[in-house]
Amino acid sequence: MPLTNSLPETVFTTKVDDLLNWGRASSQWYLLFGLACCAIELMQTGGPRADLDRFGCVPRATPRQSDLMIVAGTLTYKMAKRTKLLYDQMPDPKYVISMGSCSNCGGLFQLAYSVCKGVDKIIPVDVYVPGCPPRPEALTEGLLRIQEKIMKERWLVRNPVSA
Amino acid sequence: MAGGRSNGATIYEKLQDKILEAGSFRGDETITIPRENLLEIFRLLKDDPKLDLNFLTDITAVDYLGKKTPRFEVVYHLHSLSLNRRLRVKVPVPEEDPEVDSLTPLWKGANWLEREVWDMFGVRFRGHPDLRRVLMYEQFQGHPLRKDYPVNQRQPLVPEREVEDTFVDGASQHKLAHLKGQFPTKA
Repeated sequence: MPLTNSLPETVFTTKVDDLLNWGRASSQWYLLFGLACCAIELMQTGGPRADLDRFGCVPRATPRQSDLMIVAGTLTYKMAKRTKLLYDQMPDPKYVISMGSCSNCGGLFQLAYSVCKGVDKIIPVDVYVPGCPPRPEALTEGLLRIQEKIMKERWLVRNPVSA
Repeated sequence: MAGGRSNGATIYEKLQDKILEAGSFRGDETITIPRENLLEIFRLLKDDPKLDLNFLTDITAVDYLGKKTPRFEVVYHLHSLSLNRRLRVKVPVPEEDPEVDSLTPLWKGANWLEREVWDMFGVRFRGHPDLRRVLMYEQFQGHPLRKDYPVNQRQPLVPEREVEDTFVDGASQHKLAHLKGQFPTKA
């Protein structure tokens, strides 16, 4: 007799990995990290119309409570140092969305003496969202891609084979 | 602009022997003065009731590398809030000794403006209470808006990860190519 038949109807069976991933993917708290005009679009995404909240994605004002860093705006060398510091303070597992042309590659300002040519020169990036600035729909798509990535992770397997 | 709005006559009367050059373009008046008695002249411009140029709008500088001697020009923009007139004052500064008097005794607001000019152009201000960089970080070498600051030079504060440079297209690479041999670039 299969195991499921012997349990009450209120019990579901799943893999532990899937349960952990489901929890993590559905509560990606992001660090408020607006550096330039992309921050306005980030606020729109968090606001009632695009409503990032419905994916369990709420803003946090401290890196120590954040799972996700959305780098929104031009990264200068002066800020790069602080970015690295904030990223290092985030608890694992942590993810990074690079939002907009500037944080992808320096964008319009990449030839300037003070601008870092992409946030990936400082910290590892999971998802790049193109646009100048990206619309809220694009950023939401970026978050969905992060969730997709999280769902594929295997925490309990010693030598994970990609699913 | 109508003659009645002009600063001109009054300025020449007061500063006749101190002005190097004076001109007006579509009502925007400009005078060039030597840096020697800079503070004295500005005090006069500020305190004279007929001029009453009591508001310091901006301080900036221009680098005329290879185009003019002396190389730098510090530019002050003054505004009279009571008379609604403006005046631009230019002060030539030589490359060998880029230093002018600070205007902080006259305008407190000159403090950060002068720090910015020091940061970007490397012009020092004699008598400034706290002449530090205001935009760039302390460790930054050189002054980025000088024309001889290498266009490709980067001074990262934290070590950069090994990733490929993303250029927008081949065209911008090409634009920089002719500059590559010209300046020593930081690896």
